[in-house]
Amino acid sequence: MTSIQPGPESGTNPPLRPARPAPESVQPSWAGALRQELFASRTDGLVSVLLIMVILAAVAGLMRWALAQAQWAVIQTNTSLFAIGRYPVQQQWRLWLLVVLVAALSGVSWGLLRAFPRADRSGEIWPFNDRLAVALLGFLAAWLPAALALGLPLQLRWWLITALLVTMRWLAGHWGRSLPSRLVKLVPLSWPLLYLLGMILIAGGLGFPRVPPSEWGGLLLTLLMASFAILLSFPIGVVVALGRRSSLPLLRWSSVLYIEFIRGAPLITLLFLGQNILGYMLPGGWAPDRVWRAAWVLTFFCGAYLAEAVRAGLSAVPPGQLEAARSLGLSMPLALQRVVLPQALRIALPAAVGQFISLLQDTTLLSLIGLLDLLGTARTVMANPEFLGKNAEVYLTLAVLFWCCCAALGLGSRALERRLDPTHSPV
Amino acid sequence: MSATLKRIPWWRDRRVVPWIVQAAVGLVLLLVITLLVGNLVRNLTAAGMLLSWRWLGQPASFDVAESLIPFDASMPYWRALLVGLVNSLRVILVGLVGATLLGTAMGMASFSGNGLLRRLARVYVEVIRNIPLLLQLLFWYFVVFLALPNGTAAFQLPGIVLSKSGLYLAWFAQGFSWQGPELVNGVWQAPLRLSVEFTALLTGLITYTGAFVAEVVRGGIASVSKGQWEAATSLGLHWSASMRSVVLPQALRVIVPGLNSQYISLAKNSSLAVAVGYVDLYSVSETTLNQTGRALEVFLLLLGSYLIIDLLISAVMNGVNQLVQIRER
Repeated sequence: MTSIQPGPESGTNPPLRPARPAPESVQPSWAGALRQELFASRTDGLVSVLLIMVILAAVAGLMRWALAQAQWAVIQTNTSLFAIGRYPVQQQWRLWLLVVLVAALSGVSWGLLRAFPRADRSGEIWPFNDRLAVALLGFLAAWLPAALALGLPLQLRWWLITALLVTMRWLAGHWGRSLPSRLVKLVPLSWPLLYLLGMILIAGGLGFPRVPPSEWGGLLLTLLMASFAILLSFPIGVVVALGRRSSLPLLRWSSVLYIEFIRGAPLITLLFLGQNILGYMLPGGWAPDRVWRAAWVLTFFCGAYLAEAVRAGLSAVPPGQLEAARSLGLSMPLALQRVVLPQALRIALPAAVGQFISLLQDTTLLSLIGLLDLLGTARTVMANPEFLGKNAEVYLTLAVLFWCCCAALGLGSRALERRLDPTHSPV
Repeated sequence: MSATLKRIPWWRDRRVVPWIVQAAVGLVLLLVITLLVGNLVRNLTAAGMLLSWRWLGQPASFDVAESLIPFDASMPYWRALLVGLVNSLRVILVGLVGATLLGTAMGMASFSGNGLLRRLARVYVEVIRNIPLLLQLLFWYFVVFLALPNGTAAFQLPGIVLSKSGLYLAWFAQGFSWQGPELVNGVWQAPLRLSVEFTALLTGLITYTGAFVAEVVRGGIASVSKGQWEAATSLGLHWSASMRSVVLPQALRVIVPGLNSQYISLAKNSSLAVAVGYVDLYSVSETTLNQTGRALEVFLLLLGSYLIIDLLISAVMNGVNQLVQIRER
């Protein structure tokens, strides 16, 4: 009899090697489990010991370097540069205002999400994950500003912003249900409004002095580019995916041409097109700023890949759905909008988020065409004679930052998938 | 009958609407394209830069750090671009092999009975996939490879020397005498030297693409039903034997199409070579643009080259796909 050993945790594969059957009488203890996992056979033991030694050496080396050798002053003195680039000091209050608004709205949305749980979920207002998240936020708010050696007023600001987020989360979680439902429905709508407001706050207009895109930089530029491209590529992706599956030849062929053109070329050559040729193609004076040109290239680039993700989702919806909707008398646009697309987009969600994650990573390519995104700013900092040779510290910090952002996006996508999953809802 | 048909207004007539939609879309596309191309032609004519390929024959007057085919600054631009293309192809080919080996090993490791190995494979994939490739390349080049020691302190293994000035490998020198790297006046010399830029780019591309290949391989192995595995084991096959001769051949059907897109993205990602100073096709093109100002021609050449590389990879992988399909009797 062979038994397949169960996976130790979700997310890892069950090992395919059949384990030696354990004597039934022995209670599984942690030592037994460890033995089973690491020392099931002689080769296994050897491999495990070797791996443990390598891991220990690597961790010890990294710790020794990070705590003793690394000079983190390059990060500490340039925090503001990494965060917002050369954004004018007099106008920075606008960014603070934006951060405060985002924190407040995040707190409210988070709390309402728990106050109105899905019908099939336990309506716990403070589930374990949320308590963990708040603890993590608290830790970050206490540790990060201090580790970055920010001045006390700045540290205080971050504490207050974190406190605001958690308070709003608490308030909305406990009293969200007693709010008038019309107010609650406004919350999802307020995100796009906040995005527009954020654009105005960052770029100027409506009475605010203008801050040209050439003065945006660092994390601000990276997030702005990524969010802009993600938001605008979504409609492009859906339209092109529908076009590619259309029975009308002109729509189909123009969609195929667009997708294959974009997917056939490396992003850097498309950015090259945007920087060097787009100016010739638009009527005089129409050509946008270098930053916006790159933003549009990123948008159309992401749109083509997204179209393929949406197309896969569309082909996963049984054709009977569209036929049924049509035979109920829905017009084609209405049938797509009400019946086909909701199903297709739900299926396409993981692939789409994967695409967004890779777009966030691709914004680093802006540094190759001379824009000051996070990586571009980092490279200018390291070109400064004062910080020459501090590559390891800077690159490692950026890697951790990107890793956290991308991993968070992935986690969020999995949570959204579970929330939208129709198979668990009581119909 | 005809009376009923007549009552359908034209905007709901299924024989009319598709044509109207297509005509509208076609008109908009035509307008946009004429606007863009018209402007392009007008502006390029004004700048005296209308499409022409004569400049390809002029001397490049820049040097290329490493080249497999003979090149010097007096040779024409087309030769410089060819050098770049050959350099790109070199890194793509070696990268494909390396990423496949690493990815397959890591994909198989995520099914190992050893819990530590299994988790390590997961950690590798999760770390690599969530960090931008460009950042990883810069890290390998500036932090790892440029910090290597030189001269006698270089890392030495039999037949291999890794130092700040490059990777030195043993190879056949002058006929068939096997010759290893040796230190001559404090400088390493070997029949086969890979520049540190090439080595850094290759390392970055292999570790990055390897993580994606590992996921493809893992998905392929997971798609083979457990019964196959149990059957192989009950025949007395070892883990490695059942993996090699039972599971992997069946998994290949799922793996090969997935590999195709990873290989193409490796080919496209090789254009990031410019960040670590390896002279690939994009890097030569950029220099060419700076010297000649021929943006459109350079872009078309770049686009065409990468398109051909993509198509080649796809064609080869489609052939491989035919081979690994299960032939049913």
